[in-house]
Amino acid sequence: MIKKEEVKHIAELARIGLTDEEMEKYSQELSGILAWIDQLKEVDISGVEPTEHITGVKNVSRQDISHPFENREKIINLFPEEKNGYNKVKAVL
Amino acid sequence: MIRELHEKLIKGEITSVELMGKYFDAIEKGNPELNAYLTLTKDLAMEQAKRTDEKIKKGEEINLLEGIPGGIKDLIQLKDVRATGGSKILDNYIAPYDATVVNKLKEVGAVFLGKTNCDEFAMGSSGEKSAYGPTKNPHDLERVPGGTSSGSAAAVAADLAVWALGTDTGGSSRQPASFCGIVGFKPTYGRISRYGVMAAASSLEQVGILAKTVEDCAVVLSAIAGEDKMDSTTAKSSGKDYTNYLTGEVKGMKIGIVKEYQEGLNSGMKEAMQAVIKRYEKMGAEIVEIELPYAKYSLPVFYIINPCEISSNLARYDGVKYGIRINDELDSNYNPNGLTRNLLETYLDTRQYGLGAEAKRRIMLGTYALSAGYYEAYYLRAQKVRTLIRKDFEKAFEKVDLILTPTAPTPAFKIGEKIQDPLEMYLADIFTVTANIAGVPAISIPCDNKVEYEGERLPAGFQLMGKWFDEEGVLRAAHAYEVSK
Repeated sequence: MIKKEEVKHIAELARIGLTDEEMEKYSQELSGILAWIDQLKEVDISGVEPTEHITGVKNVSRQDISHPFENREKIINLFPEEKNGYNKVKAVL
Repeated sequence: MIRELHEKLIKGEITSVELMGKYFDAIEKGNPELNAYLTLTKDLAMEQAKRTDEKIKKGEEINLLEGIPGGIKDLIQLKDVRATGGSKILDNYIAPYDATVVNKLKEVGAVFLGKTNCDEFAMGSSGEKSAYGPTKNPHDLERVPGGTSSGSAAAVAADLAVWALGTDTGGSSRQPASFCGIVGFKPTYGRISRYGVMAAASSLEQVGILAKTVEDCAVVLSAIAGEDKMDSTTAKSSGKDYTNYLTGEVKGMKIGIVKEYQEGLNSGMKEAMQAVIKRYEKMGAEIVEIELPYAKYSLPVFYIINPCEISSNLARYDGVKYGIRINDELDSNYNPNGLTRNLLETYLDTRQYGLGAEAKRRIMLGTYALSAGYYEAYYLRAQKVRTLIRKDFEKAFEKVDLILTPTAPTPAFKIGEKIQDPLEMYLADIFTVTANIAGVPAISIPCDNKVEYEGERLPAGFQLMGKWFDEEGVLRAAHAYEVSK
């Protein structure tokens, strides 16, 4: 059972604001889904390696070279708030 | 269908501009009811169609797909066109670059009609979870088209597009194809680049194809498949024309059927599956009963891996870099009390307002499963069970070439029917998720006969899953069924 306080904590970690009503709802729904997922506990996984990449592709690397992006202006246009070509954000400190 | 249109184009029976116009007329008429398209790209389509027509006029050779109009799921970026991914949080987002698949389609001269509706960030099984309203099933407007490539499937089924790109994370191309009576294809994980496709569950998803015929599907796949430097998870491969493998023959092919899967089906689906099996036998395929003992855990495995990866991938939608930002200074609508928000409050409110219920549910579930102390119990355990499921397939493919299952447990259900119960909704993907868990290619093809369901006759598909990177085998057997009518 995921209690409402736990839902509140998870929502904070996930940076999602929730109303009281939503917390109530997610408490029930998440509990239900996790109880159903618990059937995985019956599987014997001793000695089984976890899947990393399903077809086994490994360590793909490339040269770390930067390429100028041709549409710089278009990215700037996407900023929620722009000032002198910079992305204006909330004070962090 | 693509080949026929191509012939008409090169013979001059119709121009690409005319063809495009015909489709935009149909969209204008049909889309208000279906809600299959979110954004139309008329100017872009016109430019390409004109280029095609000029080439034809000059007698230049054109690609099969050149000048043929299709739709692109809104999760896939098309440069300078709005891309919402079905989410309010990207309501104002204009894609600054092309996805690799879009780039490849541009190279062969395909025409884009617009961006198709989808469940928010590829989460959902019904097409009801787009922030821009549900898509309707063209066969019955009271029913869902399936999801998450809902608009792509509805558009192709209603002939508002010749072909469409979708994505497939747990069945999102195959299940809507089944509900809408068309062909839906998911390749092997790594066969098609995901660069420029909004990431949801990175280890599960692939770009999918929706089309009216298997051959059309092969034509589109030939254009978009292949290794991509921009997506390090793509497999090493060179280009291939998949239509070359459509021989119409399945003689000698071994097709596995999973015993457990036959149980629990309603009588209509059972009958439909029996008919498909009989047809393949008649065509000379050998039907072999196989076991996939761990496949029954695919859905719970999926609902750990998927939310975990989603919670991580969707962290980028925070109102800082792009998309909407709930900000007191910018929009008084969201700030009735005149609050001044700090950084944390901006995050919380942006995501509360911008993300839908299913997105929040999965982010919460994933955050919980990945939080301190739970990683081993959930994500790690799920990835281990995933290994067992993959081994099931390895064993099965020692005996058979393909595995045949229904695509979905039922034909399309009614709008609103499952929206209140997330678990019941998740079960709609029970036959399709396994292919994403194992990473194998799979296709849904409409059964010849419609299936009796809730007093109606509705389309339903069957699924063929193949060996890793054996797209050819999957397409060949699917095509053979289609042309054996």
